[in-house]
Amino acid sequence: MRSMTNLDNTVSTPDSQVIQGSSGWGMIYKRLRKNKAALIGGYLILLLIIVAILGPLFTVHDPLRVDYSTRLLSPSGEYWLGTDHNGRDIFTRLIHGTSITLYIGFLSVLVGLIIGLPLGILSGYYGKALDSFIMRCIDVLLAFPGILLAIALVSVLGGSINNVIIAVGVFSIPGFARIARGSTMAVRKLEYIDAVRALGASDLRIIGLHILPNIVSPIIVQATIRIAIAILIASGLSFLGLGAQPPTPEWGAMLSQGRSYMFDHPHVALYPGLAIVTAVLAFNLFGDGLRDAIDPQSKG
Amino acid sequence: MLQFVVRRLIQTIPVVLGVTILVFSLMHLIPGDPAQIIAGEVAPAAQVEAIRERLGLNDPVPVQYIRYMGNLLQGDLGQSVRSSRSVVDEIQPRIWVTMRLALYSMILSVMLGLVAGVISAVRRYSLTDSMLMVAALFGFSMPAFWLGLMLIKLFAIDLALLPPSGWGTWQQGILPVITLGTAGAAIIARMTRSSMLDVINQDYIRTARAKGVKERVVIYKHGLKNALIPVVTVIGIEMGMLLSGTVLTETVFAINGMGRLAIDAIRSRDFPLVQGIVLIFALIFVFVNFLVDVSYRYLNKRIDLN
Repeated sequence: MRSMTNLDNTVSTPDSQVIQGSSGWGMIYKRLRKNKAALIGGYLILLLIIVAILGPLFTVHDPLRVDYSTRLLSPSGEYWLGTDHNGRDIFTRLIHGTSITLYIGFLSVLVGLIIGLPLGILSGYYGKALDSFIMRCIDVLLAFPGILLAIALVSVLGGSINNVIIAVGVFSIPGFARIARGSTMAVRKLEYIDAVRALGASDLRIIGLHILPNIVSPIIVQATIRIAIAILIASGLSFLGLGAQPPTPEWGAMLSQGRSYMFDHPHVALYPGLAIVTAVLAFNLFGDGLRDAIDPQSKG
Repeated sequence: MLQFVVRRLIQTIPVVLGVTILVFSLMHLIPGDPAQIIAGEVAPAAQVEAIRERLGLNDPVPVQYIRYMGNLLQGDLGQSVRSSRSVVDEIQPRIWVTMRLALYSMILSVMLGLVAGVISAVRRYSLTDSMLMVAALFGFSMPAFWLGLMLIKLFAIDLALLPPSGWGTWQQGILPVITLGTAGAAIIARMTRSSMLDVINQDYIRTARAKGVKERVVIYKHGLKNALIPVVTVIGIEMGMLLSGTVLTETVFAINGMGRLAIDAIRSRDFPLVQGIVLIFALIFVFVNFLVDVSYRYLNKRIDLN
């Protein structure tokens, strides 16, 4: 398992990684299959997706309806993980919340990718003044410690799932921009790019046909790990009351509401937390495994 | 070295300028009329107008920014709309609580992370290594606020060993520092392990061993010293996570620091106060990064500024 921080905005992309990334998806898949941790992560992600799509069809309780007669019950055969302060089945709410968590994770990373990737490629491809300008802007985004920018953005935009996606997406931009820039610069220096240019290929063609395919793999690794971070941040924002609003069965929001009852009824806070850990762990494991499979030399 | 420090200092100027522009813009990102939102939906028009006047929202945006910068350079971060005290007065008594929380957590992260990372690297592929790395994986896959809640439940409620909230005595510090420091410790442990393994495989380590240098000296003097270089960069990034993590940790443990102040300010829509806190956090972080770069340079003199 490659040991590297999963927060790295500083990750460098050596030439070797870029070239190896294009050495065939078959090889990568083979190496990935040998990595047990990555397999566990992959299967967990698959399971989460299946639960998100099919799970709500099989739950017997209502995730939203308030019923004080079943308030704060401990786990039992009827209520597998107990009920919350509004008498709602926690297991049902967790199942219904899975799709929200994945939705926020995937979409916020997509927002960061759609903005960060072109910025990074432009920066790395054209260099000079444009590069300096873009990188200074990225530096400004990075000057806000950790999740502070996301908190600040949600505080002015208002708490909602979509605003969380925007805020976490903006938070993810620098990571993608830096990796795309580094990879683009590494590929651009290769001789065959000069050859293609000499043949009269346009910048757009070079970027689309030659640069982009070469930077896909580091970007996929980054995206996978970013989803894990996005899920963590989003749950934190909801916990602060800045994200998903009640009665949405979002896991962070469930923790936030269950907080006052957890001392006498620990199940209201225990299980939503475990659900978050599972989802984050799944993407971290899979991301780690992907990185090792794509760049075996980095294996620690 | 001095030249490097000066050049690095000059590099922060555009970043700080950009930060002020972004923080200033926050007020203008508010969907709708900021004055109306601050006053509340049912507020009379005169009151809204008064707030608008007080915040200077009637002037053109560039004029507002120049005035904002002018005040900033004089150490004036504006006025809280709720308490009518200056933002500086609101932040001042709380900033040291937050800084101490972040600092202690950092110390815990670094100590725990380095020790675990070195043990893991030295005993690579052993049971200890696997267990430490699995623990590290959980450490940074766990929401810190959830860890905090579970620690309170276990150590403050069930075992009644430590106070569940507050800040001041050393007993009150233990749980918040563990809550905030765990993720950092996990990341530093992973980084230290991989960095140590890179170094241990270098020729000069083999040479040192061949010369008959004691294993302990090889690991700590030759190995760790060089392995620390990449770890220092991670510590810089970690500091950012710690600073913003104080918001969640202070909320969980009811600590009256800057992070909790930020959440209170957001809840009461006290936007000037929110802006002030965000700006202070960012400036602290820019300064920390400056220090990290300087120490990185000190540890590894070959690095070029570009």
